[in-house]
Amino acid sequence: MKKKVYSRLDEVVADVPDGARIMFGGFGGAGFPNNLIQALVRKGVKNITAISNNCGTHDGELGLMFKNNQIKHVIASFPGPHASHFQERFAAKEVTLELVPQGILCERMRAAGAGLQGFYTTVGVGTEVADGKEERVLEGKRCILEMPIRADYAFIKAQKADALGNLTYRLAARNFNPIMAMAARTTIAEVEELVPVGSIEPEHVVTPAIFVHRIVQAKGLHYAG
Amino acid sequence: MPAETVREKALLEKPRLTREQIAGRAALELPDGAYVNLGWGIPNLIANYLPGEITVYFHSENGILGMGRRAKPGEEDYDLVDAMKIPVTLIPGASFFHQADAHLMTRGGHLDVAVLGGFQVSEKGDLANWKIPGAKGSGGIGGAMDISAGAKKLIVCMEHVTKDGAPKIVKKCTYPLTGLECVDTVITDLAVVDVSPEGLVLREVAPGWRPQDVQKLTGAPLMTKGRVPEIRLP
Repeated sequence: MKKKVYSRLDEVVADVPDGARIMFGGFGGAGFPNNLIQALVRKGVKNITAISNNCGTHDGELGLMFKNNQIKHVIASFPGPHASHFQERFAAKEVTLELVPQGILCERMRAAGAGLQGFYTTVGVGTEVADGKEERVLEGKRCILEMPIRADYAFIKAQKADALGNLTYRLAARNFNPIMAMAARTTIAEVEELVPVGSIEPEHVVTPAIFVHRIVQAKGLHYAG
Repeated sequence: MPAETVREKALLEKPRLTREQIAGRAALELPDGAYVNLGWGIPNLIANYLPGEITVYFHSENGILGMGRRAKPGEEDYDLVDAMKIPVTLIPGASFFHQADAHLMTRGGHLDVAVLGGFQVSEKGDLANWKIPGAKGSGGIGGAMDISAGAKKLIVCMEHVTKDGAPKIVKKCTYPLTGLECVDTVITDLAVVDVSPEGLVLREVAPGWRPQDVQKLTGAPLMTKGRVPEIRLP
């Protein structure tokens, strides 16, 4: 059986190249793969395209990667009032941003995971989001065409994993993580607990093992603010 | 200064509803058993003002249905936060789901009522609520576009005029748009206004305010249907 469980954070991100497109789970301080992000900071990868709802909380979450100028482009819904390092880089034009409505960010990633070549939606019609997108009328409603968002890696945070990669999440720390797990070529899960195969009830598996390629155990980190 | 402007300046000195009172009035729009999403700002205060006999199921865009009150000191769990990152609690029967399902609920017409903050609402019900032109920083859309596209009923809570006294209910929005023809009702510190196919209808005015005075601080025509009652404050 192919080994999915890695013992060290640095080992699990060792092959991430400069210029990679990476999805990062998390919302509102919950469910961020903070240990994996710090491993990327240590590795010093550059020119990353980050796909994430937020852009960090000061030094927390993606903040350090912006501080170190490791990210060149972001696809995000709500960079956030505390994303101070991102905002500095953005003001200095050192990072570019595509702003996406939050649910559409989810659906564009899900389209990538689901083998769908885009979809039409009423969300964003008549707004800046529609700029440059194909528009048509479907069932009497103005719609725009949204394309899939794909990624080389998804960095996600889960509560429990078994060695196969079945995952469960804790409370609202689930958020973007299961969607990103489905959408990237390689999904790396940072988890609080590793449990024996078979100990997660099949009905309780949230992300099935097929979507998860690497697992590393680490004590979760939260950032205030 | 033209006489008209002087009169409007005097109007701006008159007492208006507080943010808490706007939230209290908006709470009366929520039917028993409704599934409801509350946005940032004034809408976030509404949960404090629900009438006792009413049960409402609050939805949070990060994947919670059945969100309860805010967590008390010592009770906080930072894996259980609302869309504003504030630790909350659950009510019995609550559920968790991922963010795609959370927004499937907003876009797909499953929420009975959504309440958002606003910078401008047009007479057609267009909403601008995510970016102030010329403001510093990147801005952020968050869930507002998905929510405004799909709620069965969309209420906007905001002040009636800007800090400079400019109307926020306008003929056409000049701020970046969130959604077209999506707002059903606007609740401000001066009035309750419904968006109808014929135009804006002034349903209620703040205590002590006359419809013609509210009109002076509104950038689009307001229709009335008979006598306009004062807002009942809870």
